[in-house]
Amino acid sequence: MAPTSDTDWQPQMGDDTLDEMACQELVEVITDYLEGTLPTSDRARFDAHLAMCPGCREYLEQMRALIRLSGSVTAKSIEPATRDSLLRAFRRWRDS
Amino acid sequence: MTLRISGTSGGELRGQNCEGYRETPPGIACHVPVTKGRYESAVALSTGDRTSEADLIDRLRRGEEAAFTWLVDTYSPSLKRLALAFVSLDAVAEEVVQETWLALLTGIGRFEARSSLKTWLFKILTNRAKTRAAREKRVLRFSELGPEDGDGPVVSPERFLPPDHPSFPGHWSTPPHPWSVAGDQAVLRRETMDVLRRGLENLPRSQRTVVMLRDVEGWPAHEVCAALELSEANQRVLLHRGRSRLRAILETYFAEDA
Repeated sequence: MAPTSDTDWQPQMGDDTLDEMACQELVEVITDYLEGTLPTSDRARFDAHLAMCPGCREYLEQMRALIRLSGSVTAKSIEPATRDSLLRAFRRWRDS
Repeated sequence: MTLRISGTSGGELRGQNCEGYRETPPGIACHVPVTKGRYESAVALSTGDRTSEADLIDRLRRGEEAAFTWLVDTYSPSLKRLALAFVSLDAVAEEVVQETWLALLTGIGRFEARSSLKTWLFKILTNRAKTRAAREKRVLRFSELGPEDGDGPVVSPERFLPPDHPSFPGHWSTPPHPWSVAGDQAVLRRETMDVLRRGLENLPRSQRTVVMLRDVEGWPAHEVCAALELSEANQRVLLHRGRSRLRAILETYFAEDA
């Protein structure tokens, strides 16, 4: 699995730094942008596009909001019975 | 030393089960500055707080139950989540977590703190989960697993102007529906979290695991790559597809709500 594949829908990037980034391309490279792995030239195109596109600013803000929200999803822990049996095992280990 | 736990089949665990875990590759230890509050608080052990980690290991070796309870309560949710990346059944994941804690007890005497306790713990979990998955012939190799939902665009092409549009090819024709109308308070509503939780559960497994570990657990990318044996690029693809899908779910939810 390649990080990017040359499928029809995916705009080519990196060839021309003056080339304006379209919204459709931006939504595909947004994770690279947030991860800091977008090549410098594309990063500049991303920022330039963002400056003039309220739709993409909203999109980016939503991605950031999603990441924040995900941080408050609580994890399910182990069953109480498993925890109890672990504590019993601990006591046997300690007393052995 | 042999440990046996009651009420679980195959719960026998010998000391040698921990062999090989002692020298966890330093590459997967967490040395990067942690910016996410949740991750920081949950895994302070791995971020260089060596004094308290050494103290905790001492207390554990002395048989202090509170130290063990703290570790179990702090790490079990994350351990179980990671286990579910490899095995399908909840009950099996539960057993793998249990085996991991028993392996910790068996091996703590020989633990040399060359890696953090947390790194060591997750390494044990990963190895045991893989062993279980192999036994069940349900090995899930993340490295071979694609995003599981094809490699098409993450936002429907219908939302953009066509490529032959005279002025704005590929620009939004239907821009993202704003969430801000719902207000910050509403965003945190329980219902929103339920929508997000359901969305996460319904993600393809590989995406779900990566999003869970990265965004819910707050792991840094390199630790997720190490635990799942994923390349950085593949990890990003899975994260991208998972996040994009969740954003779309929330957008639809807020649009219906408005």
